[in-house]
Amino acid sequence: MIDNIDLIIITIFLAITYATGNSIEKKHFRQLLERESKTKNIPVSSNDEPFEQSEHVQIELLVGSCVIGSDYFKRTLAALKGIFGGKIGAYESLLDRARREAILRMKESAKENCVEIACFRITTTNVQPGMLEAVAYGTAIYKKA
Amino acid sequence: MIITTIQHVPDKKIITHFGIVSGSTVKAKHAGSDFLAGIKNFFGGEISTYTDLLESAREVAVERMIEQADSAGANAIINVRMATSAITAGAAEIYVYGTAVVVE
Repeated sequence: MIDNIDLIIITIFLAITYATGNSIEKKHFRQLLERESKTKNIPVSSNDEPFEQSEHVQIELLVGSCVIGSDYFKRTLAALKGIFGGKIGAYESLLDRARREAILRMKESAKENCVEIACFRITTTNVQPGMLEAVAYGTAIYKKA
Repeated sequence: MIITTIQHVPDKKIITHFGIVSGSTVKAKHAGSDFLAGIKNFFGGEISTYTDLLESAREVAVERMIEQADSAGANAIINVRMATSAITAGAAEIYVYGTAVVVE
C-alpha cells in the first residue's frame, strides 16, 4: 500500500512539473522572440576586431547573465535518457533559453547609439545540479556624435 | 578606466603593459533564498535570486580588478575575460581577468 502511495505522489509531481515547466518554457520562448526582434539592429560578432573602424569611437564593457533552473519532470526524463544514451532535448532547450536570455540582457544594457558589439564571448556554468548560468559579455562600440 | 574585451583600445596606442590583473569573489546566498531557489528548480523557470547574486558578485570582481589596475598606474584593461565556477551547492566563484595597460 505504501509503495502505491509513493508512486501516486511521484506521478502527481511529474504531471504538475510537466505542466508548469512546459508553460514557463513556452512563455519564455515567446518573450525571447519578441525581444530578439527588438534588438536585432545591433550586430554581435565574436571577432577580435570591431567592424566599425571610424576615428571617433567610444567603448564599453557589456555583461548579461541568467540563471535558469530545470524542473522535476525534466530531471527525471534526463535521468531516464541517461541510462540508454542519446540526446537530451529537455536540457538542450534549457541551455538555449539561458544563452539567449543572457545575450538579450547584454544587448538591452547597451545605450541607444550602439553600432555593434565586438569581441563577444559566452560561457556556461553548472551552478547546481540542473541549474545553469550563462554569461554573455562583449564590447559595445559607440559612435561619437 | 577603459575596460574592453578587444585586444587593444580602438584608435589609441598602447604605451606600457603591466601584465595580468584580476579580481575574484566567492559568494553564497542565505538559506532562505536557497530554499526558494530549490522550489523554483522544482517547477522550472529563471532563478532570479541566483542571477542577482552572481551579477553583484561579478560587479565586485570587476571593481577589484580595476583597483589592482589603478594601483599599478594603468588607465585601461584590455582582453577582459570572465569565468564562473560552482564550488559547492549555493556558493560560486566569479573570476575576472585582463591585461592592464596605459594608453595615450
